[in-house]
Amino acid sequence: MFKTFPKGGIHPPENKLTADKPIVILPVPPQVTVPVSQHIGAPATPVVEKGAAVLAGQVIAEAKGFVSTNIHSPVSGKVSKIDTVVDTTGYKQTAVIIDVEGDEWVTTVDRSTALEKEITLTREEIIERCRQCGLVGMGGATFPTHIKLTVPAGKSCDMVIINGAECEPYLTSDHRLMLEKGAEVLTGATIIMKALGVERAVVGIEANKPDAISHLTELAREFRGITVQPLKVKYPQGGEKQLIKACTGREVPSGGLPIDVGVVVQNVGTAFAVYEAVQKNKPLVERVVTVTGKSVANPGNFLVRIGTPVTALIEAAGGMPDDTGKVVNGGPMMGKALAITDVPVTKGTSGILLFPAAASRRAEVLPCIRCGKCSSACAMGLEPWLISVLSEKGMWEKAEKEKITDCMECGACAYTCPAKRPLLDYIRLGKSTVIRLARERVTK
Amino acid sequence: MSSTVLLTIAMLSVLGLLAAVILYFVAQKFKVVEDPRIDLVNEALPGANCGGCGYAGCRAFAEALVKSTSFEGLNCPVGGADTMGKVALILDRQPVAVEPEVAVVRCNGTPDNAARTSYYDGAMSCRIAHSLYGGTTGCHYGCLGCGDCVSACKFDAMYMNPVTELPVILDDQCVACGACVKACPRSIIELRKRNKKDRKIYVSCVNKDKGGPARKACKVACIGCGKCVKVCPYDAITMENNLAFIDSYKCKLCRKCVPECPTLAILEIGFPVKEQKPAEAAEATTD
Repeated sequence: MFKTFPKGGIHPPENKLTADKPIVILPVPPQVTVPVSQHIGAPATPVVEKGAAVLAGQVIAEAKGFVSTNIHSPVSGKVSKIDTVVDTTGYKQTAVIIDVEGDEWVTTVDRSTALEKEITLTREEIIERCRQCGLVGMGGATFPTHIKLTVPAGKSCDMVIINGAECEPYLTSDHRLMLEKGAEVLTGATIIMKALGVERAVVGIEANKPDAISHLTELAREFRGITVQPLKVKYPQGGEKQLIKACTGREVPSGGLPIDVGVVVQNVGTAFAVYEAVQKNKPLVERVVTVTGKSVANPGNFLVRIGTPVTALIEAAGGMPDDTGKVVNGGPMMGKALAITDVPVTKGTSGILLFPAAASRRAEVLPCIRCGKCSSACAMGLEPWLISVLSEKGMWEKAEKEKITDCMECGACAYTCPAKRPLLDYIRLGKSTVIRLARERVTK
Repeated sequence: MSSTVLLTIAMLSVLGLLAAVILYFVAQKFKVVEDPRIDLVNEALPGANCGGCGYAGCRAFAEALVKSTSFEGLNCPVGGADTMGKVALILDRQPVAVEPEVAVVRCNGTPDNAARTSYYDGAMSCRIAHSLYGGTTGCHYGCLGCGDCVSACKFDAMYMNPVTELPVILDDQCVACGACVKACPRSIIELRKRNKKDRKIYVSCVNKDKGGPARKACKVACIGCGKCVKVCPYDAITMENNLAFIDSYKCKLCRKCVPECPTLAILEIGFPVKEQKPAEAAEATTD
């Protein structure tokens, strides 16, 4: 009854400390910093000037190019300045900084919480609405949703998978969303099905969320074509390709996309955002963030406006513990350590983890003993020890032959390595270099 | 007994002769004609295979030299004028005078100057650190301190100074092959004209931020004020993206710009100690 993907995978301690903490709405901070690039693709161009009054839900930066999305003001107030700031990625980028005044919304946004099940928009209108409302994948990759909902010519799609696996330890934002906004998530799934013109949707949920499985199974009876698929607990089940394999048995070919096997995967958070955008005309200006850590006083799930400083989130969770050695944006496996905590929450921030100093330092690196643990942990069937060493030595052609670009950077290899080798660091370097070289080859 | 021995000798001799004849004709058929000068030029080159000339190694460079008609754009930075003179003699051409160069690290972000805001714990590689985030200081342009340049140097001309956490270039050893320039993901290292007594005047900063943020991140950052540009009598200094750059080929080492810089971002190295300004002199020698 519980399905999973066959190859590789690991079982890190779950540590879902906040699984029973209801979502708390965080008050609007006095100032928000909204980066213009919160998605994969071209950064948006700011369309407001310094001193301009903005309403919550108003477009403040417009999409530039196809792979890009609009950025909306998450608050009402005055644009204090447009400046370069460090964001959660650790790089500097342009951001619109807004001083909050009240909480006035654009009138077209329906802010009621009543469930709206009737879908009145057509396929094209749904996709256009997703584009207008600046929707991106909320699982962390932040790929613009409207592109995912547009099936490329020559490809066909026959089912949607809603990703409720949340295989990352610690994180519970999707879990809480499924419990508290289950009907909205399923309505969102129905909208996605309509946009893609498919009749079937599967919600994949790992077995460590039995309440979410039973709740959504109950609700799904009222939605045509939606079923809930319980999954065995295994990291990285939330990876698109692993989830597809687990739910359908189909295998995405090397270098291919889910659409190659007729599937589109959307995160639970994205489904909820689609619901809000299509049914309530509400742009993506807030999201659920899990703030947690073993020594955090008051860990929880918070609904915050985009642009809220991470420091405000940490305050809400009871302040930064004295023993903190590392603050991670995202999950413990794929998340990225923050260089400074004075960074804004963006569309892709699923969690803020505070690790004690003792647990956050990396151990001493020892030589590889060829034990093969990384190879058996790799869910993509790669040989991490080999591709990491090829990339360390700069042997890019060989690394390419060993399919380094298939790596999804889940970090299972580095997690299992008994020699504590920085496998993923080198694989990431190799992957980006191989992709760059391949691109140069094409342009030549 | 003896007949067996004789027969064996005769057999082997005939076989040997036959093979020799076949090999002779095969060698004639598949003969590769190579310019004998390539070998000569190759021998004259240093044989370090550093790639500083832009070719895959000394042999490839020798082939390029022999094939070329002039020395335009062809130079062995390791051997310098001596080697190129020898090559010119072999190829019977006029040698072209090329200015010797030296690599310079354009960052002074020591822990004292640029406060560390985070701790990097990943694999010790600048390229990886650079692909991850802005760096351990507020400056997103400066040295990451993982030493990719040092491991790229084939001439033992570089080492990491553990106190400043910056790479140091030994001018005597540096042959300006440019391997460190290529290894640095942030383009901090630059090849500059080698002056007499290894004297140097350069802007030791690559921060393109505006003055405020740059200064906040690092005490000795170039803030783009443009004072040096105004004072330079030789038009050697240009200002681009809030960053001053001194062209080493235009600079006459007059040192007028050095006292102008409010953040001491312009370094003067190798000059005799000035009597009248002891504080400044101390700055120059400690650097």
